[in-house]
Amino acid sequence: MNELLEILSDLHPEVDFTTEKGLVTGGILDSFDIVSLISEINEEFDVTISAAELTPENFDSAETIYALIKTKLDDED
Amino acid sequence: MLFTSYAFLSFLLVVFIVYYLLPGRAQWSYLLLASYAFYYMCDPRYLIFIAITTVSTFFAAKVISDKKVAFDAWFKEHKKEYEKEERKALKSKEQSAEKKIFLACLLFNLGILAVTKYTNFTIANINSIISAFGSPSGISFVDLIIPMGISFYTFQSMGYLIDVYNGKFEAQKNLFKFALFVSFFPQLVQGPISRYADLSQTLFEEHRFNWRTVSFGLERILWGFFKKLVIADRILVAVKAIIASPDTYNGFYAFAGAMFYALELYADFTGGIDITIGVAETMGIKVTENFRRPYFSKNIKEYWNRWHITMGTWFTDYIFYPISASQFMMKLSKKSRVRLGNNLGKRVPVYLSSFIVWFTTGIWHGASWNFIVWGLGNFVVIMISQELEPFYRWFHSKVKVEGTFGWKLFRVVRTVLIMSSLRMFDCYRNVPLTFKMFGSIFSQSSLSQLNAEAFIGMGITGYDYAVVFVGMLVLVAVSLIQRSGSVRGKIAAKAAPVRFIIWYGLFMATVVFGAYGIGYSASQFIYNQF
Repeated sequence: MNELLEILSDLHPEVDFTTEKGLVTGGILDSFDIVSLISEINEEFDVTISAAELTPENFDSAETIYALIKTKLDDED
Repeated sequence: MLFTSYAFLSFLLVVFIVYYLLPGRAQWSYLLLASYAFYYMCDPRYLIFIAITTVSTFFAAKVISDKKVAFDAWFKEHKKEYEKEERKALKSKEQSAEKKIFLACLLFNLGILAVTKYTNFTIANINSIISAFGSPSGISFVDLIIPMGISFYTFQSMGYLIDVYNGKFEAQKNLFKFALFVSFFPQLVQGPISRYADLSQTLFEEHRFNWRTVSFGLERILWGFFKKLVIADRILVAVKAIIASPDTYNGFYAFAGAMFYALELYADFTGGIDITIGVAETMGIKVTENFRRPYFSKNIKEYWNRWHITMGTWFTDYIFYPISASQFMMKLSKKSRVRLGNNLGKRVPVYLSSFIVWFTTGIWHGASWNFIVWGLGNFVVIMISQELEPFYRWFHSKVKVEGTFGWKLFRVVRTVLIMSSLRMFDCYRNVPLTFKMFGSIFSQSSLSQLNAEAFIGMGITGYDYAVVFVGMLVLVAVSLIQRSGSVRGKIAAKAAPVRFIIWYGLFMATVVFGAYGIGYSASQFIYNQF
């Protein structure tokens, strides 16, 4: 989780990602941010997130993003 | 059939009355009939195209969806019988079978779109290349019909197909319900590009007559007519005059033309969408909003989140994300980080995907280099503003203007000026001329051009300018009021006489100040051609 929070803070240092629940629906992360984010996640966690998974539900908070990464990691186990 | 024609209004009246006289369960079938009748009245040949897209997409999506459901059920029951690697292989085999059907349908329908819209553009480019090599002969152009709204209904259908393929929802089981989703007449002309998950919620429901919903719909239609007839069609005459004579109307006039066009396009396109949403609303159907006060945007990126929203989200979800999340881009990202460093390297795939999206957006708007350059112009501006972000952060740490009215106004004016400059590609007949006219704003503008007579010479009178100006003030006022909630909701909360005065005022303003009659002909909506 800490690695993810670091990646997110690099994108938007001004946002508190531990509490924010509306990253996409609240307009904090735009499409450029999301694409940068999945490429960082791919680099850090070695998981591939598909276009179909780029939904507000999956990306609205650090928790939901982390849950997605965990699901992908579990899938690959 | 024009939205602003008497034929359309009569058609609408009949559809509306019969819709509420019918039993609720027959309403959607009736709407399908009405939609096909509408399209038939525009041109009977169009029906073949829309029917082919409808049937091919319906069956492809249904086969994919049925396969998914059957496989998931089987897999759930038998997965314990297989090892992990075997399970992966089974899933991959299933996905590959679905992918074949998906790609066949996607390419078939995009192929129809490409052939109808881009054949002559391709021939023109081939001919230019041939003539550059000195050959006098070229390929002849072909006479193809371009069905009205083909880009809109093709994109809407392909969005549905992609969603089914991605397992977002199961395919619609009824061919005729799907046919209505593709052909729903109010949005057939110029969008919005609805998503199945949104539109299907109210499209097939039974709707009883509800005065509030109907009156809200009617108000929205009237507001659309006001924008189209009072503002767009009136200023259109001056826009046409300016772009028709670039030698006469250069310098300051070219700037004025760009500004007039910004107003005309906004009033025309949002007015058309108001009519679409209003018509659907009178029948209890909710169509997605397509605009959110775009000219109040602080930058171009935000502008594209607020202008033609359904097109922007379509391109983001179905082109930008699939390209940028592809294996190729992930590999490119890794390589570019190694070569160019982490900071710059990670932006390469984003910009490359964005470049492809803007190229496609450009060519989607029209088969000409003007639109391609316009699309790429948007890409360049967005890229520059993205790259300037560190500078803006530094600037704001030194100069405390953030949040002030002056700074907000500056950003809004900047957005309007940049977008209007880019839209000049929309107006002039080719790319070099557009650059020339843009350059003339800086090199040929002079105070002597600021004379009333020249503007009157553009085919509209001082009275027209006054009407347009007042209409524009009304637009701005309504947009400002809208920021704190629905304007129609606010009107509905007023006492009956006040409501009546507002409705009557808007109706009379449209009738009295609308641009029609001698000297005018209600023009086609700009986005019809797409």
